[in-house]
Amino acid sequence: MPQQIPADSVGLVEPKTHHFDTPLELECGRTLPAYDLVYETYGTLNSNASNAVLICHALSGHHHAAGYHSEDDKRPGWWDTCIGPGKVIDTNRFFVVCLNNLGGCHGSSGPSSINPETGQPWGPDFPMMTIKDWVNSQVRLADVLGIQRWAAVIGGSMGGMQALQWSIDYPERLSHSVVIAAAPKLSAQNIAFNEVARQSILTDPNFHGGRYYLHDTYPRQGLILARMVGHITYLSDDAMRMKFGRDLRAGRFHYGFDVEFQVESYLRHQGEVFSRNFDANTYLLMTKALDYFDPAREFEDNLETALAQPSCKFLIMSFTSDWRFAPERSREIVDGLVHAGRDVSYAEIDTPKGHDAFLLDIPEYVKLFGAYMHRVANEVESGVNTVENTNA
Amino acid sequence: MRDDLQLISDWIPQGATLLDLGCGDGTLLAWLGEHKQTRGYGLEINQDNLAACFEKGVNVLEQDLDSGLGNFQDGRFDYVVMTQALQAVLRPDQILNEMVRVGREAIITFPNFGHWWVRSYLAFKGRMPVSSALPYQWYNTPNIHLCTVQDFETHCRKHNVQILERQVINRHHRSGFLAKLWPNLFGEIAIYRVKA
Repeated sequence: MPQQIPADSVGLVEPKTHHFDTPLELECGRTLPAYDLVYETYGTLNSNASNAVLICHALSGHHHAAGYHSEDDKRPGWWDTCIGPGKVIDTNRFFVVCLNNLGGCHGSSGPSSINPETGQPWGPDFPMMTIKDWVNSQVRLADVLGIQRWAAVIGGSMGGMQALQWSIDYPERLSHSVVIAAAPKLSAQNIAFNEVARQSILTDPNFHGGRYYLHDTYPRQGLILARMVGHITYLSDDAMRMKFGRDLRAGRFHYGFDVEFQVESYLRHQGEVFSRNFDANTYLLMTKALDYFDPAREFEDNLETALAQPSCKFLIMSFTSDWRFAPERSREIVDGLVHAGRDVSYAEIDTPKGHDAFLLDIPEYVKLFGAYMHRVANEVESGVNTVENTNA
Repeated sequence: MRDDLQLISDWIPQGATLLDLGCGDGTLLAWLGEHKQTRGYGLEINQDNLAACFEKGVNVLEQDLDSGLGNFQDGRFDYVVMTQALQAVLRPDQILNEMVRVGREAIITFPNFGHWWVRSYLAFKGRMPVSSALPYQWYNTPNIHLCTVQDFETHCRKHNVQILERQVINRHHRSGFLAKLWPNLFGEIAIYRVKA
């Protein structure tokens, strides 16, 4: 943690865990008999529970979106740029909830947690999850917290897909859906990159068919490689050029295979750090959840029909240099919503930062996102959309 | 509200669906939404305007008019509105075609370059006209395709765009007698309702 907690930080936060005993039926046909969800909250829930905002995390995210866990934390939660007092998602006005998705490796039930039936880690036996399953589990968390209707469900990348799925599956339970740097489904190229990442894990000799916990090891090299490939897709060509160019670490060629270019050093470092903090089975599971995401599938492959289900208002945002989920992919969502006559606004943020831009403090992004959230907060405080909040 | 916007809002019936090209800070859409229960979207590229629309709760899509309206189906809206932007797009003829394709009707306003003040400014001063309707200098003007009332009407006739209604307002922002009689000379801002 910095010497002093910044005034616009939510400060020290503590995760909470809720145990669910009601079985959760999953899209894959299996059932999760019981499970834990770990989550954090920031801000205060108002008396009629109308100011709650759900943050959905992306591929490598978790429940710790803002603030610090301890005085020793070097870095705040993953979306601290946007969540805090006076920030875009203003914790003086909103009650913010962020959870670790099922199948995760940060406290919610997942492959690395113990399967009560066997007394051993689930490993590869943990059921495959989908975006829809996550939304269903999030609905239960909302019920526990007494939130009948979210003021907004917000997410970037895979989180945006959850925000979109919410609007389709539970139209009466959210007023706004904010979908950032997402897509209505993955392209063949997106799936291809995910598959390379998965193969690097699956073929690591330390993977042991996903039961590496029992061998007291983990597919470190596979995870590093998976993250390196992923990271290339999060940055843009321009961002890499600006950040590293062809800079050499030692200033000259060594004519060998050790790290020479700065970009190599960066990718290896990112992979290294990631491999220490992320479970390989979770990575496999979450990339599959991404691949399976296709809300139009339930509606005869017609995205417009799918997008006729929501009744909430939408903010869709994309970034010009994002080639993982390019602006065209966001515009597919926008076009579908316009076709269906839904309330939607769209902004395309001009930045060289690539897919990762949604996590960064980019002035135009913060300004527009902030303007939208300001309006959401005003609606909450003037009592719009609160009629159905009777559960509080 | 700006005078041309006031006139336009009189033309739009209760509950209409709208597309507002270059919607600015969303004033027109917000007013119509509130007073006439219209539904629709604005297109805009200016960041401050987008933010203003977000704040107001006006649906706005970041989209450059010069890239066309290909993402909207034929007849998707009751009205496609474009106020004071015709002269600033790359191809006014193409956007006009798109407007009457996407909208059952289109409403267009533009500064009339045939207005007497403009004519005399150029004639007597010998300099590019500057007025309240054309407040820019020649070097920084976004207005790259200025036209007169006569130009516009000739174009519509040639390209089978029907003019359903015309209003011109004079320098005092009124629809005066002279402007009715000689719109190309006394109309400072022209407002048209057209269809394909």
